[in-house]
Amino acid sequence: MIPAISAEHISKRFGKLQALSDVSLRIEQGEFFGLLGPNGAGKTTLISILAGLSKADSGLATVMGADVQLDFMKSRRMLGVVPQELVFDPFFTVRETLRFQSGYFGVRNNDDWIDEIMVHLDLTSKANSNMRSLSGGMKRRVLVAQALVHRPPVIVLDEPTAGVDVELRQSLWKFISRLNQDGHTIVLTTHYLEEAEALCQRIAMLKQGKLVALDTTSNLLERHRALQKNTGHEPDLEEVFMQIMSDQSGAIKNTPPIGQA
Amino acid sequence: MQPAFEYASGFPTLLRKEIKRFYKVAFQTVAAPVLTAVLYLMIFGHVLEGKVMVYDQISYSAFLIPGLVMMSVLQNAFANTSSSLIQSKLTGNLVFVLLAPITHFEFYSAYVLASVFRGVVVGLGVLLITLFFDMPSFQYPLWIILFAFLGAAILGGMGLLGGILAEKFDQLAAFQNFLIMPATMLSGVFYSIHSLPAIWQTISHFNPFFYMIDGFRYGFFGISDVSPWTSLAIVGIFFVVISVIALRLLQSGYKLRN
Repeated sequence: MIPAISAEHISKRFGKLQALSDVSLRIEQGEFFGLLGPNGAGKTTLISILAGLSKADSGLATVMGADVQLDFMKSRRMLGVVPQELVFDPFFTVRETLRFQSGYFGVRNNDDWIDEIMVHLDLTSKANSNMRSLSGGMKRRVLVAQALVHRPPVIVLDEPTAGVDVELRQSLWKFISRLNQDGHTIVLTTHYLEEAEALCQRIAMLKQGKLVALDTTSNLLERHRALQKNTGHEPDLEEVFMQIMSDQSGAIKNTPPIGQA
Repeated sequence: MQPAFEYASGFPTLLRKEIKRFYKVAFQTVAAPVLTAVLYLMIFGHVLEGKVMVYDQISYSAFLIPGLVMMSVLQNAFANTSSSLIQSKLTGNLVFVLLAPITHFEFYSAYVLASVFRGVVVGLGVLLITLFFDMPSFQYPLWIILFAFLGAAILGGMGLLGGILAEKFDQLAAFQNFLIMPATMLSGVFYSIHSLPAIWQTISHFNPFFYMIDGFRYGFFGISDVSPWTSLAIVGIFFVVISVIALRLLQSGYKLRN
């Protein structure tokens, strides 16, 4: 089966900053995958390259087998991205925004699906409200809805719960988990590591543009537990993350993806 | 898992969005420029009527009307693409278009066609209201339409270039105030270049805006400073040059996909 996302030897430099350095990873279809790292680690750069918002200096990136540069029409249709920044078009209502986004992807007469998304994200009552009038949390919901209007098989959420309340987080994860169960591949970046631990089957960690860990969530936790030398302490992903980020060796911990391990 | 849709082009939606964007603020984007042009006609027409005769048998107000219409078409076509793109860039919502499977040609066509639409709407508004003041003849309507559409498309393309290159609003304002505005005002809107000193006549021939307005005016009166075919050739070449530059920048993602 072709991978949902494949990155092979991706490097990207912004002036003197090496944003990504020879990053390779493969995300299988149907996975719930976590992409973690501190600020400036290269997560958003990698997502931007996958989405065609930025061009890699070297390497090959594909989405559902489609090269993000050479076959961008196909790769972009396969991908839905929730951007990190809270951006919106102040001229339009929520419904207009979603209809336009659907139309950009060439999907016409899509109101049934748009209505369904709005129900799941609790946006129905705001359908005819101008984007400017929405709260930050509501705008975040619209961003999620925009990424889903064309029913992409691969969904990338770049810190979707940053600054949103508990209620939205829970309803959002419920909806995203359902999409994952329906077969959508989910790629999540977040600083809330308890969310990643609870949701993601596999996790990659980036540090200063380099891939420093790539394994199943359970393997990462198990390895850390072994390092604790049977003290009986149950580590969580935050401790694993801190330990890997403080590790100066930069060695990549890698195992095959879910289903092949 | 494969998506559940048959996909069409994103171009019609982007075009519709760009038109709807200026329609939502039509008081600012249509009514205000029409009022400005009418004020020009009232002031210049009143002051200079009877004192300036550019072409025989044609009053100054009648001469002025096509120039004002074309000036409005050009300035508003430029404003539409440039303001839309710079706003989307600076607020970040351009990402929604950049994430979509829209080719650089579709992107360019949608933005430029929307600017042509706004330019023509404003131009028609100016023409309809100024007809209450004086009535130019309509000798060759096809020339009028041709130059209006080509001129608007060129300025739409230039607005797109300005929007791509500018990183701040004041950079775009400089582009507009120090390039577009002087080139438009010095293109023969208010006068025939035959009334200028020889040196300025020569300089005017290097201003592509002059050919847009002269060709447009030919459609009304059947009289022009240079042959309409010459104007058409120069305007056509200018359109191709602007389009090629804009398309290359869009294709490379310059200052957009970074």
